[in-house]
Amino acid sequence: MAMNYLDLARLAAAEILLVVTALVVLSVDLGLRQCDDLARRTRWAVALGVAGCVSAVVILWELVPEGAMPAGMFASDALTRGVKAGVLLLTAGSLLLSRGIRFTPHVGEYVATVILGAVGMLLIVSSENVLILFLALELASLCLYILTGFDKRSAQGTEAALKYFLFGGMAGAVLLFGLSLVYGATGAIEFGKIAQGVAESGVSPVLLMGLVMVMVGLGFKVASAPFHFWAPDAYQAAPTPAAGFIAAGSKVASFFILAKLAESAFGPAMGSSAWGRFAPGWSPVLATMAAMSMVWGNLAALMQTNVKRLLAYSAVAHAGYTLVAIAAGGPEGLSAVTFYAVTYAITTLGAFGVVGLVESATGGAELDHFAGLVKRSPRLAVCLGIFVLSLAGIPPLAGFFGKFYLFLVALDGSVGSLGLLWLVALGAATTCVSFYYYLVLLKKVFVEDAVMPERAAPGTGVESAVVWASTILVVLLGCFPGWILTPLRSALMAVGW
Amino acid sequence: MTGHWITLLTFLPLVGALTVAWGGPRSGAARRRVALLVHALVAMSAMGLAVAFDTSATGMQFVERLSWVPGLGVEYHVGVDGLGMVSVLIAALIPLLAAVVSDRVAAGREGVYYPLLLLLQFGLLGTFTALNFFHWFLFWELGLVPAYLLVRLFGGKGAGPASFQFFVYTMVGSVALLLAFLALRAAGGSFDFLELAGADRGGALGRALAQRLPWGGPDAGNVLGWLVFGGVLLGFAVKVPLWPFHTWLPDTYTAAPSPVTMVLTGAMSKMGVYGLLRIAWPIFPEHFAAAQGVLVPLALATVILPTFTAFVQRDLKRVLAYSSINHLGYCLLAVFVVGTPGSEAGTAAALNGVVLQMLNHALTAATLFGFVEVLERRTGGVRDLEAFGGLRRAAPVFCGLMGISVFASVGLPGLNGFVSEFLIFRGIFAAAPWAAAVASLGLLTTAVFLLKVMQRLFHGELSVAWVGFPDLTMRERVWTGAAVAGMLVLGVYPDLVLQWTNPLVLRLAGGN
Repeated sequence: MAMNYLDLARLAAAEILLVVTALVVLSVDLGLRQCDDLARRTRWAVALGVAGCVSAVVILWELVPEGAMPAGMFASDALTRGVKAGVLLLTAGSLLLSRGIRFTPHVGEYVATVILGAVGMLLIVSSENVLILFLALELASLCLYILTGFDKRSAQGTEAALKYFLFGGMAGAVLLFGLSLVYGATGAIEFGKIAQGVAESGVSPVLLMGLVMVMVGLGFKVASAPFHFWAPDAYQAAPTPAAGFIAAGSKVASFFILAKLAESAFGPAMGSSAWGRFAPGWSPVLATMAAMSMVWGNLAALMQTNVKRLLAYSAVAHAGYTLVAIAAGGPEGLSAVTFYAVTYAITTLGAFGVVGLVESATGGAELDHFAGLVKRSPRLAVCLGIFVLSLAGIPPLAGFFGKFYLFLVALDGSVGSLGLLWLVALGAATTCVSFYYYLVLLKKVFVEDAVMPERAAPGTGVESAVVWASTILVVLLGCFPGWILTPLRSALMAVGW
Repeated sequence: MTGHWITLLTFLPLVGALTVAWGGPRSGAARRRVALLVHALVAMSAMGLAVAFDTSATGMQFVERLSWVPGLGVEYHVGVDGLGMVSVLIAALIPLLAAVVSDRVAAGREGVYYPLLLLLQFGLLGTFTALNFFHWFLFWELGLVPAYLLVRLFGGKGAGPASFQFFVYTMVGSVALLLAFLALRAAGGSFDFLELAGADRGGALGRALAQRLPWGGPDAGNVLGWLVFGGVLLGFAVKVPLWPFHTWLPDTYTAAPSPVTMVLTGAMSKMGVYGLLRIAWPIFPEHFAAAQGVLVPLALATVILPTFTAFVQRDLKRVLAYSSINHLGYCLLAVFVVGTPGSEAGTAAALNGVVLQMLNHALTAATLFGFVEVLERRTGGVRDLEAFGGLRRAAPVFCGLMGISVFASVGLPGLNGFVSEFLIFRGIFAAAPWAAAVASLGLLTTAVFLLKVMQRLFHGELSVAWVGFPDLTMRERVWTGAAVAGMLVLGVYPDLVLQWTNPLVLRLAGGN
């Protein structure tokens, strides 16, 4: 099949627009640098970036046709479009949260890096070819490494970025090695062909090695235990809006591609993670990672005194819950994963928004900085309360429905049995553990008196708007999950799963 | 019957909560007025519903059914039958009573307290009307968060640990429930309570589960059936509570401000009994029958042991908390004992008694905790029984009305408590005479420690500290008078409530 560049341009219109946006942001910032007014430059850069993201969403909906390039190098269908729109909106949210950044004079570069990271994530979502997938993953990861260390004044930030980079490079190498083994076993790099190859040749030891390595490499990206060590440092030391971006947008893309890769490329090598009937394949690997993440993430979160670190360990735990649904497999599994990842990302983005606002008002994100928040800014406290309760899985918030659906799928999914009961029971038990640290945070916010002096915060209107929007979404998606679920299911049907 | 009456009734408190928190009124007094108005509106709507309720029908009434999350079996399905009607009345009236006496507790923080109370009522009303598990579970949990915050933020000494214990305990119960229902759905394919009823006939549920299970031998279905039953039971047993899952209760009831305790004991504890009757009992009749050997002794322990603990307590609230455990123990006992074959008449009597006891205990216990609030207002928070004496001389009306309430709690004939306990004992006696005999010991010890309360408070020398103890104010006379009048009416004319429940109960008793 010949490749038509015009078709490619049409299919990838959103990505192209974003790249152009990044360049425009850079040059406009270069022009504005003359006037040396940081606030003004930030305003421009963020406005351009957000405009780029929003118009990319519009383009996705209005212009981009359904179709695929040869060899699965770029695919566009209802499902990927929906996920991409989610990633783009989350990126716009993280950009808006950066409105008040003071940590760097290089605003243009910062915004451009975020947008390029988003391009990487969109490409991840669209790829049905392991080569493109690897390139896209590296593009997104490189941007995230840079963002982690963007505050050059912070030694911690530099350390975290270096750690993230080294671990990430290692994980990338493992992933690439795994992919090459898969290629060796099946002779294909396209998802569909790999599936054919696996179905024909069966699960050979080489393929299994490759599978485990791929899962490990991707497990690093989603911060699942035991490959999560970068997450707490990166979350804590990265500039807060950047941490929000790492925690929200990149998670959606990584979880989606992990589920899609497992289902559509390695479907025949699923194996079984049902208790007492284990069979080698990706499902038991993911189930093991899920179990470790749920246990380790929730237990380690108990010890944290910094809210960003706490959110990082809670992210590890949530990665565990999400992996449960992937391990369950099937279209319902993918649907549950997507719903969970998107609602979790919205919640985390909002939570990081609150953390950022508190940080700029009190100068830190230790638990003590949150003490008495309800007296200082009651509305912010209510928003944080809703985010935290949603993370804890309290009805009627989105986090509850997400977990509910996930557990339902795991019990009822295409594994076709109650075999995953052990994972669900473990998930439920660790959820109980998680109430403790979430309640500790809420207690600080709502019950205790302030211990930190507060200084006047810079303009926070836009950030508050993002926080409010996330809050409203968390409540509404909890009450009316059908808003996401119905289009998601029809998209899955249309794709033919 | 069509119309969205139940939805309107359920969501009225939510609208009220938002209005009080962020809407018009700014001053504390205005917020209190708006909140009271909403509570009164809810109470009147519930009574309107009760009047419109067709007492001859056994099925669900005022049913609304909408698709919510298609494909997952999640529906918005609400309706009430006799049991639901009584529960809705409890959920509508008890928070009103609590709000009336909340002025001292909420003072200065009306913008937080009243919205939380209204949200709690929202959760209660939703729980008592929902007929789909998902929707029901939302409200079941929704009630928990405001209750936790009310105890935590407005409670007295020890509110922190107590509220935490309360939250974690009930949450563990809820997670067990959730898991059990996910398994039920995997086996029965439905979340609908009405469709699930009878799903386990002949161990069908366990077998359906076992078929989908990759491990375990021929007994796996049996084991799984028991696990699911245990999960459901645990969820409700914590809420009621059943001994030995009761340890959160005395601490929480004592640490919570008295008006909040009124709602906790009056309405929230009924969520557990309601759940047992509406959900657990129809689905698992055979498990209940088979587990009698364990459950009945536990229920007997729930009836008897707290009365001994209550006897040595000095804090009035703790005494009443243990007495609450004891009274709901009768409900548990009745639920566990009935269903023995060949005792349909007894079963009907016992189930009628359980529903009536729910209402009676709600009224009596809430009123008693209301009296504690009245007392605390005058003493500045002193509740130590040893510190009082001879109040009868200083405040005769207070002592008279509280005395009647205590007697209602003891179960004196002519007052409400007698009728329901009589019905329960009649039902238990028919099925398990030995259990009735043992439980009657609880009746005796309850009388002993409650009479001790009266003796310590009302009789003896009037201590110097309380010489100027003011009697009930006009407003207090109105609400306590109304509550006591309710006890008398229900004691003399229980058919007022039984006419709602009897058709339903006869069907339940016949069906099993």
